[in-house]
Amino acid sequence: MIKVSGLIKDYGTIRAVDNVSFDVAKGSVFAFLGPNGAGKTTLIKMLTTILRPTGGTMRVNGHDPVDDPDEVRRTFGIVFQDPSHDEQLTAYENMDLHGVLYAVPSVERKRKIRELLEFVDLWGRQGDIVKNFSGGMKRRLEIARALLHEPRVLFLDEPTLGLDPQTRHHMWAYIKGLNKDKGVTIFFTTHYMDEAERIAHDVAVIDHGKIVARGAPVDIIKQTGSSSLEDAFIALTGHDIREEEGTTSDRVRLKRAFWRRR
Amino acid sequence: MSVVFALWLRQIKRHFRSRTRLIGSLGQPVLFLLALGFGLGPMFRKAGEGDYLQFLAPGVIAMPILFVAVFSGMEIIWDRQFGFLKETLVAPVSRIQIVLGRVLGGATVAWFQGCLVFLICVIFGFRINNILFLPLALGVMFLLAIFCSAMGTAVASLLEDIQGFQMMMNFLVMPLFFLSNALFPLKGVPPVLRVVIQLNPLSYGIDGLRCCLTGGMLHGLGVDMGVLLVLITAMLALCTWLFSLIQL
Ligand SMILES: Nc1ncnc2c1ncn2[C@@H]1O[C@H](COP(=O)(O)OP(=O)(O)O)[C@@H](O)[C@H]1O
Ligand SMILES: [Mg+2]
Repeated sequence: MIKVSGLIKDYGTIRAVDNVSFDVAKGSVFAFLGPNGAGKTTLIKMLTTILRPTGGTMRVNGHDPVDDPDEVRRTFGIVFQDPSHDEQLTAYENMDLHGVLYAVPSVERKRKIRELLEFVDLWGRQGDIVKNFSGGMKRRLEIARALLHEPRVLFLDEPTLGLDPQTRHHMWAYIKGLNKDKGVTIFFTTHYMDEAERIAHDVAVIDHGKIVARGAPVDIIKQTGSSSLEDAFIALTGHDIREEEGTTSDRVRLKRAFWRRR
Repeated sequence: MSVVFALWLRQIKRHFRSRTRLIGSLGQPVLFLLALGFGLGPMFRKAGEGDYLQFLAPGVIAMPILFVAVFSGMEIIWDRQFGFLKETLVAPVSRIQIVLGRVLGGATVAWFQGCLVFLICVIFGFRINNILFLPLALGVMFLLAIFCSAMGTAVASLLEDIQGFQMMMNFLVMPLFFLSNALFPLKGVPPVLRVVIQLNPLSYGIDGLRCCLTGGMLHGLGVDMGVLLVLITAMLALCTWLFSLIQL
């Protein structure tokens, strides 16, 4: 479903994605696991046609995001790491606009919007301006919206960040169901090890723009002789994923990486 | 088409849900009417140019059109900041449709604000020559609005953050307004300034308005509308191209 080979992205002198290659099988759940600043969002942006790579090749559902963006756009749904709805519109209007952009016929659109908003517990608030929603509500709205046009591939960039455990659980249950019942390929990024371990069939561990390990979570754990993915990550990279969290440490790490490269 | 309409509707909703936007853009034109219209009026008359309000009104009507349209076009910067831009960029629709929806939406709200200022001008004593030309005047206002909105969208496609906005106001919008035929007649103006004013797209919109409302024109309505249409086409093409280059 997704094929990436030798992918590179430079931001000026910073190499955010460094010669990354991997395949995601149709119908699988694939997790990209890595600390803040590892290059996960950059990778997703390239796959979803909004950022051009510096080098390498990509295929999403057989199409090239660079040469054939519209074909690629038709196949995926995405929940971005940061909000991407219109705050001045209501939840319903945001959904409806999305439906129009993806040419969902109006009768079906109405039915599905209701169904999805009910699923994320926002039906009842559908007429409220999104600006007044809490962070968790906004995220749930984004998830509902990404599913409206029944995508073949669903990209989720740190989808559970800022969600309470209950909603998180609820969301993964639904996404797993989507994968199982409708065969939707799931590609998600996270820096929660347990999430990747529990949910993904396949994992790629990314650190400083490079893939350091790939395979089924159990295999990675076995290969590194660790007891969990968390330990495996430390074994692979020499550092704890959590010490990389937060923007300040991200900047410190960037500086370190910069000096290392010189 | 429905994509263009949906994006157009979004702009309309955003505009009419914000009272500050509805009212905010009226302040400046009213100030100009009061200060210039009544302040400079006697001098204008003494110089044998007739009633200044009659001259000034089309320029003042163009003011909110220019400002609101450019501002609406520049909403791309906000959409970039607040994320909505991503939603449109990943959608499987042609970039032309997105640009058209945005530009027409921005143009419509700017045109509406222009109509409000038109009414205010009439309340202040502005009189039009021939009511039959009113629809044509409203048409010219809309063309001007489309051009300005496309211009704002084009420039905003190049800007990454809100800091660029102030620069745009100071180095594009203000000069466009003051170096046009909005506030003063061209008679006796130094040649260099005259050339600048004649190259200014806004001048054609204002001249077109004068043709329809009060006579006293520079180029004639045909030329004004023709130039505006050519400029709109060129600006829409540029705008679509620049928009398609946006990366996030
Ligand atoms: N627009 C940008 N300009 C410059 N550097 C960027 C930009 N976006 C991301 N980066 C840098 O690229 C690296 C990868 O970032 P990102 O893909 O957001 O990581 P992640 O999503 O894994 O946290 C980071 O070092 C980040 O600072
Ligand atoms: Mg990220």
